[in-house]
Amino acid sequence: MRAISRFLQAHVGRFWLVAVYLFLYAPLVFLVVFSFNSTRQDGVFTGFSWRWYSALWADTRLVAGFLLSLKVALLTATLSAVLGAMAAFVLVRYERFRGRPIFVGLVNAPLVMPEVIIGLSLLLLMVAVQRAVGWPDRGTATIVLGHTLLGMAYGAVVIQSRLREMDRSIEEAAMDLGCRPLQVFFLVTLPSIAPAMVAAWLLTFTLSFDDVVISEFLSGPGVTTLPQVIFGYARRGINPSIYAAATLLIAVVSVGIITYSVIMARQQRQRLREINAAVRAARESRSI
Amino acid sequence: MKDMLAFKLWPGRRFVIGVPFLWLLVFFVLPCLILLRISITDMGSGLDPFAPLIASADGVWRFFLKYDNYVAIFWDANAGFGQTIYMAAYATSLKYAFFTTLLCLLIGYPFAYFIARARPSIRPALLMLVMLPFWTSFLLRVYAWKGILADQGVLNNALMALGLINQPIQMLYTDISMLVGMTYVYLPFMVLPLYATLVKMDLSLLEAAHDLGASPWQAFWLITVPLSKAGIISGAMLVFIPSIGEFVIPSLLGGAENITIGRVVWDEMFSSNNWPRASALAVVMIFLIIFPLALYHNYSAEPSVKPRMKGEA
Amino acid sequence: MNLPAARILGFLKAEGLVKHFDDVAAVDEVSLSVNKGEIFALLGSSGCGKSTLLRMLAGFEVPTSGTVTLDGVEIASLPPYERPINMMFQSYALFPHLSVWDNIAFGLKREGLPKAEITERVEEMLRLVQLAPFAKRKPHQLSGGQQQRVALARSLAKRPQLLLLDEPLGALDKKLREQTQFELVNIIESVGVTCVMVTHDQEEAMSMASRIAVMSEGRVLQVGTPREIYEHPNCRFVADFIGQANLFDGVLSLDEPDRCEITTPEGVIHVGHGISGTPGMALSVAVRPEKINIAKRRPDLLHNLFAGTVREIAYFGSYSTFIVETASGKTVKITESNTVRQDLSGITWNDAVFFWWGDSAAVTLTS
Repeated sequence: MRAISRFLQAHVGRFWLVAVYLFLYAPLVFLVVFSFNSTRQDGVFTGFSWRWYSALWADTRLVAGFLLSLKVALLTATLSAVLGAMAAFVLVRYERFRGRPIFVGLVNAPLVMPEVIIGLSLLLLMVAVQRAVGWPDRGTATIVLGHTLLGMAYGAVVIQSRLREMDRSIEEAAMDLGCRPLQVFFLVTLPSIAPAMVAAWLLTFTLSFDDVVISEFLSGPGVTTLPQVIFGYARRGINPSIYAAATLLIAVVSVGIITYSVIMARQQRQRLREINAAVRAARESRSI
Repeated sequence: MKDMLAFKLWPGRRFVIGVPFLWLLVFFVLPCLILLRISITDMGSGLDPFAPLIASADGVWRFFLKYDNYVAIFWDANAGFGQTIYMAAYATSLKYAFFTTLLCLLIGYPFAYFIARARPSIRPALLMLVMLPFWTSFLLRVYAWKGILADQGVLNNALMALGLINQPIQMLYTDISMLVGMTYVYLPFMVLPLYATLVKMDLSLLEAAHDLGASPWQAFWLITVPLSKAGIISGAMLVFIPSIGEFVIPSLLGGAENITIGRVVWDEMFSSNNWPRASALAVVMIFLIIFPLALYHNYSAEPSVKPRMKGEA
Repeated sequence: MNLPAARILGFLKAEGLVKHFDDVAAVDEVSLSVNKGEIFALLGSSGCGKSTLLRMLAGFEVPTSGTVTLDGVEIASLPPYERPINMMFQSYALFPHLSVWDNIAFGLKREGLPKAEITERVEEMLRLVQLAPFAKRKPHQLSGGQQQRVALARSLAKRPQLLLLDEPLGALDKKLREQTQFELVNIIESVGVTCVMVTHDQEEAMSMASRIAVMSEGRVLQVGTPREIYEHPNCRFVADFIGQANLFDGVLSLDEPDRCEITTPEGVIHVGHGISGTPGMALSVAVRPEKINIAKRRPDLLHNLFAGTVREIAYFGSYSTFIVETASGKTVKITESNTVRQDLSGITWNDAVFFWWGDSAAVTLTS
């Protein structure tokens, strides 16, 4: 009995991890496998077929939705990265200004607010403004605005942590060497937080590309994003073309993430090797 | 660096604070105020989704305030106070949010713990594996659960093939599918803050506890868990608050009997076109989440910045 | 070249500098005068205000009150990027995304110098710190000492009128420190730039600086050459802070132009000079451990001879330390050089010993 319990104890970590990972990846595996299913059946794999992939290209709504989502996500990600960086900067560097607690609360709130509330309130705003000045018509612009509200919050979080751990003395050194404050930001601070900004960009791109609720609230006639199209299909039943689309997406994302991780890991190892080599060389030549 | 700003409150600083602040005020605060305002008006006539707040009738300006929406939320004409479908929806939402949070905690805490204790060399890979599904569309993954949990779906077929059941169990459109879907989607939100807190923990504290006679189990409950309190609350709030208003998962995986408040708001907006009613429901939802929101804010607050140079040379 | 004396002395002048953080005065009425071309050290333990003072010189802190002039020009109101002053940071603060070359050229580019001149200057700097083969490397590819040299080169590239060093040897280990001390001083002196450095390490200050200002609690206690500070401390704090000192508290019992006597619980101390004081006033006498002699046999002396029991002995290789307790209960620390390899003193724990010093070995302190 003790042996079994000890065995379990030693390996419970591994079991738990494997079980949860299986749980996390089950839907993904399902999507990939059944995208090649020859029939509409969801429970049985009847045979291998490419039919859903060819149906995918033929589906103009999906393709149009994809292109629109791409456009919206690109705009959102860029805006969010910039605004998020500003917000992060304010949160980390400016310790005292009027209304700071309110600012902090406002930046963090969209992270947890139910999207239904955000979508609804923004829609009301757009309508009210439209009544007053005749613009904006609900469409791409309004969706981008809504997504950016969320994106800025996420971007601020990502960039904040990088900003906090940055060595401030290099900014002082830049000033000491003759840089005015704005130059310091562009020449020294920005390169330092660049990786975080890229991460924020990618994150908000994904969030925007994937968003249903806010898009639905803020879109107008003829303006439908890809998630909206998929959601529409989903409510009506199973459409395996969606599985094909999903598989393509999974493939792209996986390749992207794995490549990124491998490159990062390799860079880290290279860096460590260089640092060690420098230290060793210095020690050997007995110079500093 | 602080005193650098004394040199010139360079217009740059005001710009950097001002732009995001303004953005937030216009696109976050203002809409909430409008939400409030709409909730106390009536449905509009004709193309107007809502009637004006102030209008003149017979040459006299009057306020058109209607509290009917709020009344309708809390009080049903036939059944009495608290018996409305809206109250039921709030209750359902809270119930699902609570259980989702609980499940995420029970599954996610050990998960985060084991990743944090894994060899440092494989931790990045483990984290990457957690994040990878997150980067693929969440809508598609929920959609996949529809296929898996269907009566003719993979899970039922597999269980029958294994001889564990004779007839398909209904899993779709029940509490089961709801909780599976919600837990599935929100698990990373619980795991990441927990991981962040657990990985920072000083392992020598556990060694000290063992040295003083605590068993691993005791050390876990007496040392590890209390120290990860901030992570637990952060993660719990990151799951609980958004899941109250969750819409996509209930509409794809939820049943017709247990309707959550997210779907109700949606229906009022897009089916009944009753914008004021939807607004009122949203306002009540905001009040519902204010306390957990404050809790989250408290526990995820940025570390207090020490004033520089104080007592230091 | 003969410059008028005024341009050499008081090249950097700080007058009445005060810096308040909330209610705490980190720097409390500090006035300094640094001469052109000298290396001046601000020495003190953490919290004494030296770093704040340095940062005020650099421009990263604005003085609450007081003035700073450099070569006659008032600079206290100038931002750091407008001062002809450059600083070498404690953490080096090298730009991680730029190569060694670009780090050094950074300040020059801000000046808008023509490309050819920048190239010439950078190469000159690289030669100065002997890092020419590493020009293309990034900071993380260099060792700690190499990074420091890049930081130094970068701060000298603009030929500043004043160079500031923030704990220059703080990041190095002991062996490296000794070597670096001399190298740094050589480079700075060959360039001829006026230099103010901040450190908490006495050895660093004494070996590198031509003059030292000892600071405590925001004030400057004493300014002088290393020898002046060590041999003629002007107060108990400085006597105790620099090196080690035995402090005897007593009362002035005799005061003549060429000698005086102070009566202490341990005995009467004879000092070989007079002080203009009033008999009966309270005084302290500071005697450095290395100036005290110790032996088991009583020497034939008239003055400054005391007795005690050995409580502790420590052998440090080049010298030995004895802690002796007198009848009055005072502990006195005595160090003796180990000039021969055998232990000839024969002194061991709990021995009764005599210790003494010469008339000129002690310093009298009133505060």
